[in-house]
Amino acid sequence: MSADALIDIRGVTKTYGAGETAVHALRGVSLRVEAGEYVAVMGSSGSGKSTLMNILGCLDVPTRGEYFLDGSNVAGLSEDQQALVRGRKIGFIFQSFNLIPRTTALANVELPLTYAHLRRAERRTRANRALELVGLSDRADHRPNQLSGGQQQRVAIARALATGPRILLADEPTGNLDVHSTDEVLGMFDELNAEGRTVVVITHENDVAARARRLIQVADGRIVLDEVTR
Amino acid sequence: MSPRDLFGAALRGLSANKLRSLLTVLGVSIGVGAVIVLVAVGNGSGKAVQSRLEAMGTNLLTVSTTGGGGGFARGQAGPSAQQYALTLDDVAALADRRLAPDVASVAPVMTSSGTATNGDTSYTINQVIGTTPAYLPATNTPVGTGQSFTQQDVDSAERVIVLGQTTATELFGRAQTAVGQTVKLGAVDFVVRGVLASKDSTGFNDPNATAIVPISTLRATQAGYGALSQIVVQAADKDRVDLAQAEVTQLLTARHQVPATTTSPFRITNSAQILQTSQDTAATFTALLATVAAISLVVGGIGVTNIMLVTVTERTREIGIRKALGARRRTILGQFLIEATLLSLIGGAVGVAAALIMTQFQLAGVTPVLVPSSIALALGVSAAVGLFFGSMPAHRAAGLRPIDALRHE
Repeated sequence: MSADALIDIRGVTKTYGAGETAVHALRGVSLRVEAGEYVAVMGSSGSGKSTLMNILGCLDVPTRGEYFLDGSNVAGLSEDQQALVRGRKIGFIFQSFNLIPRTTALANVELPLTYAHLRRAERRTRANRALELVGLSDRADHRPNQLSGGQQQRVAIARALATGPRILLADEPTGNLDVHSTDEVLGMFDELNAEGRTVVVITHENDVAARARRLIQVADGRIVLDEVTR
Repeated sequence: MSPRDLFGAALRGLSANKLRSLLTVLGVSIGVGAVIVLVAVGNGSGKAVQSRLEAMGTNLLTVSTTGGGGGFARGQAGPSAQQYALTLDDVAALADRRLAPDVASVAPVMTSSGTATNGDTSYTINQVIGTTPAYLPATNTPVGTGQSFTQQDVDSAERVIVLGQTTATELFGRAQTAVGQTVKLGAVDFVVRGVLASKDSTGFNDPNATAIVPISTLRATQAGYGALSQIVVQAADKDRVDLAQAEVTQLLTARHQVPATTTSPFRITNSAQILQTSQDTAATFTALLATVAAISLVVGGIGVTNIMLVTVTERTREIGIRKALGARRRTILGQFLIEATLLSLIGGAVGVAAALIMTQFQLAGVTPVLVPSSIALALGVSAAVGLFFGSMPAHRAAGLRPIDALRHE
């Protein structure tokens, strides 16, 4: 057990509600993800995989258990410190892209950099570079509603990459995409992982999971399978 | 996030829904504009009354009799009306410097009304004043063209007349041509000696629709030998009005043998007091208007809250995204607070501009006089309204848990 695991959750449970109506979304999950891994988390709906993703992304806090992200205990952090962790260490990619409407692609990519207190010029440069990386430099001034689904998701990836996070956390990233765009996005994940970036993808599609090198299956709030596939 | 970025985000947020922002701005601007305009109207009407009263002369006392006196016990015979009637002897006594040293001049006033005719043109003068030449300077009524009548005219009951501006124009077309002409008042011909300078209206009556004749002539031709309507007393100095009033009261009480137990049958109005009273009234009036306007400002503020609440609900998902991207609580708070404050500040600026334009015109017959502090106050209040009414929605936005905000559909 190396001390520098990027993600290390121990005995995490998550319960919504209380008493008779309590819903146990996670019933004790322990998981370690080393830097540079490419992990797919699979499970049917209601299995708890989304809850797991939210906890991994510091969007939600566990009811019980500990979460060490990059060596520091996230559970003890204040709301603002958690915001800082989200901004610095995690890049989110969502199924519904979640771009800010009526805001250009470039401004969307700049947003996390703004929250990270970067200067204007620096922000511009890094955002442009990130857009270039996803091949959308020529769409910088387009608004989300002027972009196709695949393009929107690529903007979202650029936004997730802009701050140079250690982890890319993708929640059903291809759920709303056609086959061609899915290939494009997954190819991008492959490349990013090849460059050493840690990628965690939540999915229920087998062909998406097949691209990962480690497969974790969640059912009924527990990890039922954890195997290295490639 | 730097202030500039916050500001930019807030501006983008507002411009995303232009019509809604515009209507909210309108609500605030109506409130701010109403405060400034209504305060200016209240102030303007107060100022107008004040200047007219000052034009009337602030060292003026008007004595009239209230009639029966009042205050006497039941069964006891009331004093006859004649006992307290004001007479020309009273005027002579008041004019005596030894008896009333603080009185500068005294003029008797009898009023009547009548129809004046010039050939085929006739005009009903609602106030024909019979008096002495002292009346004009005492009441600050200068003669515009021609001249006043003299004490000699009074002594010999000459049939001469000084017309008010309106009367002269009604009868002769142009006021200047009236001097020297003859006017028939009732059945008697009067020679026009002069025309009064135009006076500002003090109320509902046109002060220019008058005619002034020697009191002796009026008594002989129109009003008979009844009591005087008023005695106009001019104090020697503005600071001696109270002294003069005391002397007049004392003198009249003594002359008419008013019992000490009854309330004074004479009413003496002091123009300085009227001025004070009217200023108080104007202040109350202004306060009332300002209150009404303040209510509309509060309503505008509630509009800001309402719109911000809608905005926060509508943009819950956006807030969730921003939080997922690392936005801190105070960043979200700042963005929404700035949005709310911008809404009300823009509203405030528009309101001030509209008010500045509106106060250039007469409103309800009043020339508004801007109160500079009301502008500062209205602007300050509008900014405060934004901060105050915007803080609740902004806190709600900032307090959203990212996961709840992201799940919001």
